Amino acid sequence: MIDWSWFPTNAERLVPALGAHLLLALLPVVIGLIVAIPLGWVANRSRPARAVLVPVAGLLYTIPSLVLFILLPGILGTQILDPVNVVVALSVYTVALLVRSVADALAAVPGMVVAAATAMGYRPARRFAQVELPLSLPVLIAGLRVATVTNISLVSVGALIGIGGLGYFITDGFGRGNTTSIFAGVILIVVLALVFDALLVLIGRLVTPWVGVGRKAR
Amino acid sequence: MIEFRGVTKRFPDGTVAVDALDLAVEDGKITVFVGPSGCGKTTSLRMINRMVELTGGTILIDGSDIMAGDAAQLRRGIGYVIQQSGLFPHRSILDNVATVPLLLGWGKRKARERATELMELVGLSPEMAQRYPAQLSGGQQQRVGVARALAADPPILLMDEPFSAVDPVVRENLQDELLRLQSELGKTIVFVTHDIDEAVKLGDKVAVFRTGGLLAQYDEPGHLLARPADDFVDGFVGRDRGYRGLGFLSANGLPVGELSTVGSGATGDQVREAARDGWTLVVSDAGHPLGWVQVGQALSGPVDTDALIAGGSLYDTEADSLRGALDAALSSPSGLGVAVDASGAVVGSVRAADVLAALATARRDEAAA
Repeated sequence: MIDWSWFPTNAERLVPALGAHLLLALLPVVIGLIVAIPLGWVANRSRPARAVLVPVAGLLYTIPSLVLFILLPGILGTQILDPVNVVVALSVYTVALLVRSVADALAAVPGMVVAAATAMGYRPARRFAQVELPLSLPVLIAGLRVATVTNISLVSVGALIGIGGLGYFITDGFGRGNTTSIFAGVILIVVLALVFDALLVLIGRLVTPWVGVGRKAR
Repeated sequence: MIEFRGVTKRFPDGTVAVDALDLAVEDGKITVFVGPSGCGKTTSLRMINRMVELTGGTILIDGSDIMAGDAAQLRRGIGYVIQQSGLFPHRSILDNVATVPLLLGWGKRKARERATELMELVGLSPEMAQRYPAQLSGGQQQRVGVARALAADPPILLMDEPFSAVDPVVRENLQDELLRLQSELGKTIVFVTHDIDEAVKLGDKVAVFRTGGLLAQYDEPGHLLARPADDFVDGFVGRDRGYRGLGFLSANGLPVGELSTVGSGATGDQVREAARDGWTLVVSDAGHPLGWVQVGQALSGPVDTDALIAGGSLYDTEADSLRGALDAALSSPSGLGVAVDASGAVVGSVRAADVLAALATARRDEAAA
């Protein structure tokens, strides 16, 4: 049974955990995106690079998160309880997800438009920033949504090594047989995931106002 | 002037798209590259702004080698209109047009002012400025493409099958519009098309390419129709070239004969009186042709303007070629072409036989010259 009085008495612990959970989930999305854009660009430009990058990214993604949390301190020289381990592990997953997204998103930009930009006198770097990247946003944001939701859920696994944001309430609840604590952890994680997914949809609409405008005029 | 000197494009797989092309594009004129697919016309165009890098020979613009400088810099000085417009879908129409001025560092305000002028020049209403390309029709998108290419006022304009994706009526409008713009701007235009009619209509000079990147004939359109260099050009120029060639012969000196006309209120008796060979033309008070009446028609009472027999095309004595005159004669139900002045008022008639006689004279004069 859910003990509703548990929530107000534990608010002091819930709110910081929520904040920590978000930081642990979203910081890797940002880091992962920054790393994935150049890699995806390379994968889109060169066939051999894509043949290496995309499968390697896929392979990284198959490593169980718990294994990565435990292995990383050995690789990075960090303490086992260092939150950096979680951030790095989730960044790796984000990169693994987004390399393919970025490559696909860039491939979806119409070749005619890129050719027109070149013919107008764009140099490659400016063309990438002002034409190719904006036009790849719809596909890119779809990839970002998957990465964000995945990360919000994966952070809770960190609870097994003691750094898991809201995941703590799940493991702790199991230990004590406290159903309410488990329930609180699960529900808050799901709500967070839904809220940030919706937020990304909204941001996506705002930054791509040209998408979905039909022909209203003749 | 754009000069091709022994220009060759060989692709890495060994195919030769353009083979030792020598050609000079004249300043301030429209030069059309035309030919079947795989003839190298598009490759030749794209080598001018280095969208395709040549593998042999040189291209000179006003005497300087295009390979000498920076490619992006070169391209900013050459307007480019691509197939299906190639507009930036994520930018407003205004910002699309302002692209090259912004690349040249004009500053946002000046670039947008210039873009607004250009939109007006190509006949786009200002209310479209803030729309996205997807909200425009194909014809409007092409106009935006032309405006974008002209925004920084480049002396050269490259047009790569710009009107191929729009329907025939819109295409004709866009062609007329281009000719109007060109009469104001006098740009050096290189235009690629696979449509010989478009080539003949737009070109001051037409370069016909044959498969393998070889130049088959480079000539004025009238000469192309009258004297194709070989069987390939003859076949490519197509049917009716004799008739279409009349479009390049002036109708000056073509005799304009008398034409019997009646006012729209004429009675049956007046019509019978006026008719020649059984026909008379009914004209409005301003002298504009309304249609024909045949004497055999039941004529009790005044002429019913709704029951007139529709006339053919009109021959504008001040603007039309022999083609316009012949078509007027052939399309008229009475066999007499209606000749009008610039205001559209009837000035007389034209006969097919007279057009053919004028053609014979033109040929004799040309042979003598």
